[in-house]
Amino acid sequence: MESRADEFRAGVRLWLEQSCPASMRAPAGDAEDGVWGGTKSPPVDPDARTWLDRMAARGWTAPSWPREYGGGGLSDAEARILREEMRQLGCRPPLKSLGLWMLGPALLGYGTEEQKREHLPKITRGEVRWCQGYSEPEAGSDLASLRTRAVLDGDAYVVNGRKMWTSHAHLADWMFCLVRTDPDAPKHQGVSFLLVDMSSPGVAVRPIRLISGASPFCETTFDDVRVPARNLVGEPNRGWEVAKVVLEHERALISDMRDQRSSEGDALQDLARAYGVVGDAVLRDRIARLNLDLLAYRLTVARAREVSGGRPGPETSVLKLYGTEVSKRRHELMISIAGYRGLGWSGESFSASELSRTRAWLRSRASSIEGGSSEIQLNIIAKRVLGLPD
Amino acid sequence: MTMDTPAQDRDAIRDAARKFVRERAPVAHFRALRDAGDALGYSRDLWREMAGLGFAGMTLPERFGGGGMGVAEQGAVLEELGRNLVPTPSLAAALGAGALAIGGADDITSAILPRVCAGESVVALAHEEGHRFAPYVVATSAVREGDGFVLRGEKSFVIDGQGADALVVAARTSGAAGQREGITLFLVTSGTPGVSTQRLDLVDSRNVARVRLDSVRVRDRDRVGRLDGGADVLDAVVVRGTAVLAAEMLGGQQEVFDRTIGYLKTRKQFGVYIGSFQALKHRAAWMFCELALTRSVVLEALQAIDAGRRDAGALASAAKARASETYLLVANEGVQMHGGIGVTDELDIGLYLKRARVAGETLGGAAYHVDRFASLEGY
Repeated sequence: MESRADEFRAGVRLWLEQSCPASMRAPAGDAEDGVWGGTKSPPVDPDARTWLDRMAARGWTAPSWPREYGGGGLSDAEARILREEMRQLGCRPPLKSLGLWMLGPALLGYGTEEQKREHLPKITRGEVRWCQGYSEPEAGSDLASLRTRAVLDGDAYVVNGRKMWTSHAHLADWMFCLVRTDPDAPKHQGVSFLLVDMSSPGVAVRPIRLISGASPFCETTFDDVRVPARNLVGEPNRGWEVAKVVLEHERALISDMRDQRSSEGDALQDLARAYGVVGDAVLRDRIARLNLDLLAYRLTVARAREVSGGRPGPETSVLKLYGTEVSKRRHELMISIAGYRGLGWSGESFSASELSRTRAWLRSRASSIEGGSSEIQLNIIAKRVLGLPD
Repeated sequence: MTMDTPAQDRDAIRDAARKFVRERAPVAHFRALRDAGDALGYSRDLWREMAGLGFAGMTLPERFGGGGMGVAEQGAVLEELGRNLVPTPSLAAALGAGALAIGGADDITSAILPRVCAGESVVALAHEEGHRFAPYVVATSAVREGDGFVLRGEKSFVIDGQGADALVVAARTSGAAGQREGITLFLVTSGTPGVSTQRLDLVDSRNVARVRLDSVRVRDRDRVGRLDGGADVLDAVVVRGTAVLAAEMLGGQQEVFDRTIGYLKTRKQFGVYIGSFQALKHRAAWMFCELALTRSVVLEALQAIDAGRRDAGALASAAKARASETYLLVANEGVQMHGGIGVTDELDIGLYLKRARVAGETLGGAAYHVDRFASLEGY
């Protein structure tokens, strides 16, 4: 007799086979490629558009969210089956979005009914792109010392301050951010979680050029920006609680993206073969050890998902830490394997994949800094997982 | 192929092992055997008791009185034994008795294996000849004579060899040392003229012996597996033994880690708990990560073996490579973080460090298994 799960799986597979355009079944080039949605960066590829619309119509861009907010209403087990079948067919994620991965879970936990109805469906359809406003010039690893002020004035907060490393803020329609609403409270208290429309008067965005030559991060300034008071998520001055949920999802996400990226990239041994160095004993040893650690890491990601039922906790720090560190090792090794050919910045003398590997190596340096540096992750593991004293 | 045991059964087996070890064989049990200079290095009585709980023959076929279970269950038990450094001839059961179960003549196995499952008999695997693990480097000769063979050679590292009731000996019937083909396995019962055993005194005080074979006569029907094809049996039991040894090492490193974290929370210097120092916190957190990753590979290797997956061999090597390196890391850090008391014999941490070293080298160290992992992956 066929179980309900088998029946569900067969249905999912059939639908995916019929609905996922062929071009959406090949791996995307880079982890940052793909459809991020929003009004400023809509999908250009018609197949990507079709794939997103079809998935969104089923609620499967957010499989486990409730149906009334545009989600699929799937159980954890069903969502896992969908993930497995998508992987089986090689389907690309139809939508990549901080709204889906980070803000959504926070709104589902802390948002008002009005906030959920206003924002969640637009996230699931990829209509609105969100960015995150956490770090500031003086608040990096010590995030809780943030100083961007929000002062209640009638039915609106007036926001003044500067946010750093706001990823893709120039392409975002909205920002979820942390602001100080009570400057006299201890630093973790007195912080609130606010949703800001990026088209509000007084918001300015400046992209920051990185060592990789790309500008995925921005600096965002707020100059007397009026934000309706109903855009505050959770209790006033209790925003740190909401932020922690978002951060745990971010860590899970960063480690997840490393995971995808590494499974999409060339096998190191094939690269070594292509450059004629697979017989180099020292390089072979480094490749084998790295592959072994990558394997162990992927198995740990799978095990963590099984154990936690998909809800990230402080253990995601393990994945974020290891995922980014092993990814950095991988990028460095690829440069070593390619020798001089791994050092090109631009020009015809290097192949496109050589140039993109070099840029990816430089980009990878940021992965163990963004979303809480490796040192911060070690602090979190020591304190919240191992219970070591302050 | 073994039956897939549901996870809750595995948990029940693990709980039974944990309870038994806590009550009957805490680290003090091993320490007492070591201090007494026990000839075997393990307690036959305790092993019989454990056999009564099904731990001696858990992976051996049910028709011989075994449990017919997979290595996942055996790994769960060994992890608990590893946590408490309980010395048992479990590896012999996996390697020697395991080989006999695969390739022995039926009347011989049905006479010997029930006694193994009852904890009354130990069958060890005698295959290694060098000073590091190299499974096909077998120079011991088996020369046909009459209706049998005559064995001549020396085995350098026979796990649980001291006091074993029988040995499964790897000998060369054709080819040269280093070649996979040409190895044949024979069952040799102890007391056979020409067999002499000498226990090695190793840092971890476990039972490992050197065995001399001086014109030892065996019958053709004592053969285990095919003539010249003994490596098939050898490979199968070595992969299984490697994975369950990795499980034992997982238990040991988990225990050292837990004890060390406990110490960081209770030891005060400069008026504060030393666990509040970031220099120690970060190292502790890194170890936690490394342990989590090692656990993932060990569990996956055990499951892959039970499922008969093609990647089982590569996973077993990945598990052993990581388990060897992270056990040593955690044991070294455990000693260092305990400070002066860490290098005393009185504290158990040093016992784990010694076991980490020996277990790490047994059935191949990290270098061997990283190399094997790469070879199996095709580079």
